Amino acid sequence: MKFESELQKGNFIVGNCHKCNKVIWPPSDYCDNCFGNLNWKKIQPEGRLVEYSKTNNEVFCVAELDGGIRIMGTLIENSVKPEIGSKIRIEKCGIKNGNYSFVIRLC
Amino acid sequence: MNKVAITNFGNTKFSHDDISIESCLLSSTKALFEQNSNLSKNDIDAVLVATNENKKYLSPILSELSGIKPKISHTVENLCSSGTNAIVSAYSYIASGLANVALVVGAERFDSPGQILEWDNSRGEYKHPIFWASIFTKSYKRRFGITDEDLAIVSVKNHKNAKDNPNAYSNKTYTIEDVLNSRKLTDEIKILDCSRPCTGSSAILLASEDYVKKITDTPVWIAGIGQKTESASFTKSNSFTDMASTKEAARSAFENSKLQPKNVNVAEIHDAFSVCEPMILEDLGFVNKGGGLEYSKNLYNTDNRKINPRGGLIGAGHPLSATGVAQTIEITQQLQGKAGKRQILDANIGLVHNMAAAATSSTVLLLRS
Repeated sequence: MKFESELQKGNFIVGNCHKCNKVIWPPSDYCDNCFGNLNWKKIQPEGRLVEYSKTNNEVFCVAELDGGIRIMGTLIENSVKPEIGSKIRIEKCGIKNGNYSFVIRLC
Repeated sequence: MNKVAITNFGNTKFSHDDISIESCLLSSTKALFEQNSNLSKNDIDAVLVATNENKKYLSPILSELSGIKPKISHTVENLCSSGTNAIVSAYSYIASGLANVALVVGAERFDSPGQILEWDNSRGEYKHPIFWASIFTKSYKRRFGITDEDLAIVSVKNHKNAKDNPNAYSNKTYTIEDVLNSRKLTDEIKILDCSRPCTGSSAILLASEDYVKKITDTPVWIAGIGQKTESASFTKSNSFTDMASTKEAARSAFENSKLQPKNVNVAEIHDAFSVCEPMILEDLGFVNKGGGLEYSKNLYNTDNRKINPRGGLIGAGHPLSATGVAQTIEITQQLQGKAGKRQILDANIGLVHNMAAAATSSTVLLLRS
């Protein structure tokens, strides 16, 4: 899949259906509304924090990006306290141990 | 449509046994036949297996091992709600007239591949269920001002109920402090907040109205069914404090049974993690939003087993596809007045709630004696 080969290179792209003006997520081959072909484009790497929690080692979160799509990723801890709705930025993405991997930073 | 009743069942103890899925399926089927000597194998038209195990042709295999030659035989897989989904399929065969008698057997091993939904890449590296449960818990705590101590009552209550369930995985009781001091998995979840993967099998027999009289004097009728799938990926959920699929499945089940939440005397609900119990109680319509934990706490304080009398998933263990069948067996026993120490007095109407993948889909059954 085009999405995964690009993600492997560190590029986060999403499929967009021009006809329906809709971003399709998680990645698929066709639009979930009209089954039309998708145009792939790089996503704006900024969004907002929807929710987060923490294991012993790391903070994980749900973040919402352009087009309303949501991802789960690792939230880098820094001096800023996470708040729901805080602005975030995707710092890094790729495929790790077979899973999509997103590293997210509070802006 | 033909009326459909539950007539017989067979259970196994939920354990950590390392046995093949075929042996597991056969053990509850054997229990069902041993408890029902007037049951003829020739009368069974359909054999449905519910499991997440990655093996082929399990229903014909179970049929052969049990000496049954059914017309219809196949597997039903739908993650954690495979059990009730197979019951709904069996119901449909009987209601439509394609079958008169259907055997449904749910089974899972402790290391089931159904515990992780690999497809859901929107969860990134956080595919294990404890991560969606942590997100639900954090959101629920914030929205309703709930503490970890408040949530712990679910585990305390359900372990206590499971103590009187001879088939439960757990036979220990715990205090609020025990739950709070149990191993921390995330900031929101302790090990005692979790239902535990285990090995188990449960079998149930469904029959048409004409056939019911031949095999039991205490049929339990399926009075309503509601199902809803919202999505497959967890991140599609608009709210982490509401279960949209449960609300819709409940609305539909209550509507087609002409019953209301206030009519329900006993329920088994899908407490995969502590936070699920209050959310489900609210979304089934038993209590207003935010009131679920107070409801569970009152039940515990008054020794009322109305919700999760067999111990729910937290107390009884969660062998994924066996769960929905075991929940339905518990409500059947309750409505037959045969639940022993767990019996709710004068229970006539019961509810089963089973869900999958962070409540992206739900099934609700309403049963009546």
